[in-house]
Amino acid sequence: MYSEIREPVIELEHVDIALGGRTILQDVGMTVNQGEFIVMLGPNGAGKSTLLKLLLGLVKPSGGVVRVLGNAPRRGNKAIGYAPQHRVLEADLALRARDVVGFGLDGHRWGTGLPSAKRRDIIYHALQEVDATSFADAPVGQLSGGEQQRLLIAQALITNPRLLLLDEPLANLDITHEQEIVSLIAQVNRSRNIAVILVAHDINPLLSVADRVIYMARGHVATGTPGEVITSRVLTQLYGSPVEVVQALDRVFVVGAET
Amino acid sequence: MFDIFQYSFIQNAFLAGSLVAVVAAIVGYFLVVRGLTFAGHALSHIGFAGAAGAVLLGVDPIVGLLLFTIGASIGIGLLGKEIRERDIAIGVIMTFTLGLGLLFLSLYSGYAERAYSILFGTILGISQADVKVTALFGVLTIGVLLTLFRPLLFSSFDPEVAQARGVPVRLLGIVFLILVAFTVSMSVQVVGVLLIFTLLVGPAATANRIVSSPLWALVIAIALGLSYTWLSIFLAATGTWPVSFYIAALSFGVYFPVRLLSPLWRKQRGTAQVKDASKRNPALSTDMTVAGEQGTEAEALGRIQGLTRQEELPC
Repeated sequence: MYSEIREPVIELEHVDIALGGRTILQDVGMTVNQGEFIVMLGPNGAGKSTLLKLLLGLVKPSGGVVRVLGNAPRRGNKAIGYAPQHRVLEADLALRARDVVGFGLDGHRWGTGLPSAKRRDIIYHALQEVDATSFADAPVGQLSGGEQQRLLIAQALITNPRLLLLDEPLANLDITHEQEIVSLIAQVNRSRNIAVILVAHDINPLLSVADRVIYMARGHVATGTPGEVITSRVLTQLYGSPVEVVQALDRVFVVGAET
Repeated sequence: MFDIFQYSFIQNAFLAGSLVAVVAAIVGYFLVVRGLTFAGHALSHIGFAGAAGAVLLGVDPIVGLLLFTIGASIGIGLLGKEIRERDIAIGVIMTFTLGLGLLFLSLYSGYAERAYSILFGTILGISQADVKVTALFGVLTIGVLLTLFRPLLFSSFDPEVAQARGVPVRLLGIVFLILVAFTVSMSVQVVGVLLIFTLLVGPAATANRIVSSPLWALVIAIALGLSYTWLSIFLAATGTWPVSFYIAALSFGVYFPVRLLSPLWRKQRGTAQVKDASKRNPALSTDMTVAGEQGTEAEALGRIQGLTRQEELPC
């Protein structure tokens, strides 16, 4: 096991990002290894989604070096699966669950494409992996938030990526569905040995699965295990104002920070 | 009864009408799923000014139509999807060009029929040359749409992921609006600028209410568009009322009941799906539901207990 070379999936060195003259990130450095489960935390507007867009090649750094799977980020990289922050779909949307997953497979290709048994098979297996075969033909607008989230994960996974970027997949989910989605992602992370970066606003549902957290605030980041980062000392330094981390009922609460 | 087909103007009407119906149904489908129906409506009205200007200058109205609609479609495309006031901006431009159209018409001292035909279409007056122009633009539009089909569909439903996957979302949006401009310009001779919604949006909106698969929605939209057009030409040729009225009436007459009744079968299908799922694996799904419910309840209870416990803590 230890002889295996763990090539970093993501490497950031002294990265700055400025959007419209405003500095979003400053001198950020981090490394993410294959198979790691990373949870990205931080207040609204801290640049979590921007960092994901940087990795996708949708945002250019204003300084520093970014390497994704050994190369500069580029759009259309099949080795990255991405599910953006999810909005609730209109109930009337004329699209079936299997169509959403199909977009991930060949939505970017020119032409109409021909229906084939192979394509159906690939989509069926992708639906199977997220336990979504029972609603494959249902209109997506009528599915629950958890069901829609499963589809987005299946869509992101269909190209067999080595890196999975999930922006707030737990938003708008009740506790039961939150648990289901967390265990689904954890299972994907282990069985496929792919790196996962998951943006969340609460670490608690993810404490048992997160290898490391990336905590972002005021343009800076702190990385490490949840126990190392989510402490009063580290977060006070990161926020630049007093922050208290409280442990209660097997849960962690960050007090004093506007999360 | 079918002897009307021996007249060449009826043949021309059927040919041009069918082409327009097919193209409008496909373009209309994308307009509906992209939430751009108002832009489609506005483009036709902006085209009115172009057509009126062309009439004033003594050139073929289609030239003015194309110039104005293509120009406007690029402008609308550049406004982007994020701009909240987009529809307001489009509306302001649209009403301004309508005013321009009125000015051009009042400066034009010729026959009122020219204006009338731009506004309401003159499908029974289509010449062989018109059919050829329609065929050219029809084939061009369908060809481009087939080439762009998958990325256009992907970016219509999920622009963010499409962009991340390398789809040129913004460029596609502008190219698509130019295709809308072609379609509007073609459709004007059949239904006129005021009634373009009937062929552009009517069939696609109805189809979207009936099925959820994009491919079937397109097939149904095309079938509806063709049947409205054929039936209307037939009714108009054997009666005295205008074709455009029949197309508008059919488009409305089918959409309205489908819109009213579609929640019924949509809901039914939803429940059928759930039943189907539990049938396939009854033990699993019942257990999961029960477990899920208990889970939520336990969680809720835990939270309440947690609160009470916290309150009881001596501080």
